Amino acid sequence: MNNCSQVKVGIADIKTAKQPQMLMTSGLGSCVGLVIYDETLSVAGLAHIMLPDSSLSRQNDFKVGKFADTGTDELINLLLKEGSKITNLKAKIAGGAQMFKTTSGNKLNIGNKNVLAVEEKLNQIGIPIVSKDIGGHNGRSIEFNLETFKLKIRTVYQGVSFI
Amino acid sequence: MGDLFNLKNIHLDLLKEVGNIGAGNATTSLSNLLSVPVQMSVPTVKVVSFDEMVELTGGPEEVMATTFLEFSGDFTGNVFFFISPDQADQFVQILIQDEQQSILNDDQKLAHSAFLELGNILTGSYLRALSDFLQVNLYAHVPNATVDMAGAIMTQGLIETSVVSDYSIIIETVFQSEHFKQDIKGHFFLLPDPGAFEKIFDRLGVK
Repeated sequence: MNNCSQVKVGIADIKTAKQPQMLMTSGLGSCVGLVIYDETLSVAGLAHIMLPDSSLSRQNDFKVGKFADTGTDELINLLLKEGSKITNLKAKIAGGAQMFKTTSGNKLNIGNKNVLAVEEKLNQIGIPIVSKDIGGHNGRSIEFNLETFKLKIRTVYQGVSFI
Repeated sequence: MGDLFNLKNIHLDLLKEVGNIGAGNATTSLSNLLSVPVQMSVPTVKVVSFDEMVELTGGPEEVMATTFLEFSGDFTGNVFFFISPDQADQFVQILIQDEQQSILNDDQKLAHSAFLELGNILTGSYLRALSDFLQVNLYAHVPNATVDMAGAIMTQGLIETSVVSDYSIIIETVFQSEHFKQDIKGHFFLLPDPGAFEKIFDRLGVK
C-alpha cells in the first residue's frame, strides 16, 4: 500500500487504500471502475476493468485487472488480505459508456458487456452494489473517499456528482 | 512483451514511413481544405503501455476533440485525429464561415457535423495513402467524432490489442500551423491491431 494521499489506478490496474487515502482513476470510457470497500475497516480497492471476460485473452500472462472476472477476484483477494470479511464488502461501479455510436468486433457494445460482467460476478459472490453510474456516451473520472464512502464522478459535460 | 513487439530498427523505420505517408496525405488534405500552410513532424513509433499511450495525448482527463476511424480489410486498426477543442473550433469556424459556432457547445449541431466531416476527410485520406502505399485493401468504417476525455477515447482503440497484450504500438505524427489566430498543434495516431504488423512487414518485404 502506498502512503500518498491520492492513490491513482491506471488502465487494467488494481490498487487498495486505507483512510485517509483517496482512490482514483481517470478517463473511464467503456472501461468500468469497480470500487469494493469495507466500512468496518475503512479499506477499499479500485479496479480499472477493460474487458468482460478473461477467456477473451489470447495470452497466458496478462494483467488480471484487465478483465471483469479476474479483476474482481483479485480485488476481493487483496481486501481479504487486509483483514476484511467477505460479508462486510460492498461495491460501487461507474463507467461502461459507449463512446462511439458505431464500432465493431470486440468493441461492439463493450461498455455494456463490461458492466454486465462485473454485476454478474458481484452477484455470484454476494457483494451488494450500493450505487452505480453507468452507460451513456461520455467519459468519467472517479474518486473514492474512504471517510464518507462516496464515489465522486466527474464528466466533461455533466460536471460532478456523488453516488 | 512477447513476440509481437520483437521489433528491430528496420521495422520501426518502416512503421515511421507508413506514418509519414499516411499523415503526409492527411496534412495535405487539411492544408487544401483550409487554404493555409500546415507543417508535419517526422512520425514517432513507440511501444507503450496503455497508460503511457494515454499520456501521449496529454493525459487521461485532458479534453480533446477526436475523430476515430476504424478500418478493416487485409488488416484491421484505427486512425485517430486529435486536437484541442478550441483549436478544432478554429477549423470549424473557417469551414462553416460562422465565428459563433463551437464544438464545446453540445447544441451546435452544425459545428459538430463540420468537425466530423473534417475528421472524416483527414482520417480517410490517411487511410487511403496507407492502402496505396502498402497495396492492400483497407475499408473505412463509419467515422465517429466526439469531444471528451482523452483516456476514455483512446482506450477504444486499445480493445483489440488488449486481448493479446498489455502493450501497444502507436505511430504518432504531430502537425502544426501558425497561420491561425492561435497556433495549432494536432495529432494523428495510427493504431494497428496486433495482427496487422506481420502483414505490413510482409507487404514491404521484411520478415
